[in-house]
Amino acid sequence: MGEDFLLIILTFDATIRVSVPLILAALAGLIVERSGVIDIGLEGKMLAAAFAAAAAAYATNSAWLGLGAGIVASVLLALLHGFACITHRGNQIVSGVAINILVSGLTVLLGISWFSLGGQTPPLTGDARFKSLTFPGAEAVRDIPVLGPIYSELLSGHNILVYLAFLTVPMVWWLVYRTRFGLRLRATGENPAAVDTAGISVIRMRYLALILCGILCGIAGSYFSTGHGAGFLREMTAGKGFIALAAMIFGKWRPVPVLFACLLFGFLDAIAIRLQGVELPLIGEMPVQFIQALPYILTVVLLAGFIGRAIAPKASGVPYVKEH
Amino acid sequence: MKKLLTILSASAVLLAATTTMAMAADKMPAVVFDMGGKFDKSFNQGVYDGVEKFRKETGIKYREFEVKNPTQREQAIRKMAQRGSDPVLGVGFAQASAIEKGAKAFPKTRFTIIDMVVMQPNVQSIVFKEHEGSFLVGVLAAMASKTGKVGFVGGMDIPLIRRFECGYIHGVKHANASATVYANMTGTTPSAWNDPTKGAELAKSQFDRGADVIFAAAGGTGIGVYQAAKDNGKYAIGVDSNQNHLHPGTMLTSMLKRVDVAAYNTFKSANDGSWKSGIQVLGLKEGGIDWALDEHNKALITPAMMAAMDKAKAEIISGKIMVHDYMSDNKCPK
Repeated sequence: MGEDFLLIILTFDATIRVSVPLILAALAGLIVERSGVIDIGLEGKMLAAAFAAAAAAYATNSAWLGLGAGIVASVLLALLHGFACITHRGNQIVSGVAINILVSGLTVLLGISWFSLGGQTPPLTGDARFKSLTFPGAEAVRDIPVLGPIYSELLSGHNILVYLAFLTVPMVWWLVYRTRFGLRLRATGENPAAVDTAGISVIRMRYLALILCGILCGIAGSYFSTGHGAGFLREMTAGKGFIALAAMIFGKWRPVPVLFACLLFGFLDAIAIRLQGVELPLIGEMPVQFIQALPYILTVVLLAGFIGRAIAPKASGVPYVKEH
Repeated sequence: MKKLLTILSASAVLLAATTTMAMAADKMPAVVFDMGGKFDKSFNQGVYDGVEKFRKETGIKYREFEVKNPTQREQAIRKMAQRGSDPVLGVGFAQASAIEKGAKAFPKTRFTIIDMVVMQPNVQSIVFKEHEGSFLVGVLAAMASKTGKVGFVGGMDIPLIRRFECGYIHGVKHANASATVYANMTGTTPSAWNDPTKGAELAKSQFDRGADVIFAAAGGTGIGVYQAAKDNGKYAIGVDSNQNHLHPGTMLTSMLKRVDVAAYNTFKSANDGSWKSGIQVLGLKEGGIDWALDEHNKALITPAMMAAMDKAKAEIISGKIMVHDYMSDNKCPK
């Protein structure tokens, strides 16, 4: 029993690790979509940040400077998206997809010319990575039943970006629902004309939302290369940006449900990893293909049957044109 | 308008000039690397080392292309043949259909494919007995393990990777009949070759269950597995090219597929005329498969391990040990 319990705890532990970029990216998407801008480019921004963070961390041997570089790269791309689809009222989907394609090629190109490792960065060691934080007393309480493993395995032993990601959820909630900025943000996404009438610049609100989105994606990207991994590999974000978008819709554009959607996706991913090759009672060993399709099957089932209608902010995806 | 016309005609002339120049050039060998790229520290890099060695020795330059998505394979192979390259070397099982189509369209061009069999009169197929090498590193893994539990992480779930897995399991059981092997595949799509995050998670899940040596045959995904092994203070085994240098002290060894030898021999034999079409199978006996021992892992290999490895190697070569080949019947007998 104790063994099984530990295994469950370790599965949750893995869930936390794989959910972190999803949570950050989904919240980033939430903020921009609440302001009325669709951002398909979450994936590209994370990838760019992962590369910038790894490159800067390698050059300076500091994970924090890497994080800074990742955020800067991601914010610049967010501003590019804003320039195309807020200032010039371009198609937001096209701009987002363009950013994804641009980054996918550019990171590898820069990687080859800077490090000559076929688009990878050299592996990061020591201070160039975020280290795991061990909570005080984690070793001492390890043997206490139930609570011991929860404290020492589940809560302790992650790097600081993990805790930051979970802290971001209440912060975004507070920002969106309890501040003047949040009220204006939501209004901009629902009825920009009314916001404009009230004398608030829609364009400024949307740019601010994009900068916030850039910062969150920057942290998510840095997590890939300097927190969870150790160095950049081409396409290392592996579609997490799109899963984050799905989680955002799943959570109906609300921070706390979005958190749970991300944890669910992360959990399915973690369980898929652990169920592989394990004999289950009655069913026997399940084929790898089925296990790996499980997260997607469940997503479709849940989206189709259980969450009800997901209603996007009304002005989402519509460029704002001031009436004359 | 006039200016535009001038530019257009000028560029047309230039284009024509470059085309004739290319036609006039001597036949150049060509290599088409697969996804992962020529510096993947693994399979493609092995080929790169081989063709670079050829270039340095003979001074003959070669054309190269790195495939970035599946649709480019056929274009790249055809383009190389069209430009008069000979031989055209395709890297990896995934290029098989592209090579087959190219070989039909250009019957006078010589093609070589590494890691897959293509039955065409002008194609040379070089394949390896990965099961033999996997068996060897399995023996080493079982001997290095303190818990009696070892792991395997594969890339995309295809018969070739199952062949690694099966050979490895047999090697482990050969050295320690009561050992447990945890085996995982990263995915069922080509992105499974480039997902270090998932590789690290798979490795952690096996460490959590008690494994302390993991063999990864997973391309770029393996980088994540090796990193996880280092972070958790366990051992990992590299694949294809010598990956011991990645994490000295963590990398127990690497199973070598001498793709560099295969690539070098292809260019070399095509150059001196001894190139033959048909299937070449390289195993331990032919020197196409081996395990890596260098200054990075010397300290980890005890004399007892060394002796066991030499014995296993000799027995496979002499035929005393027959390592089962998964791809012969798509089964792995327990």
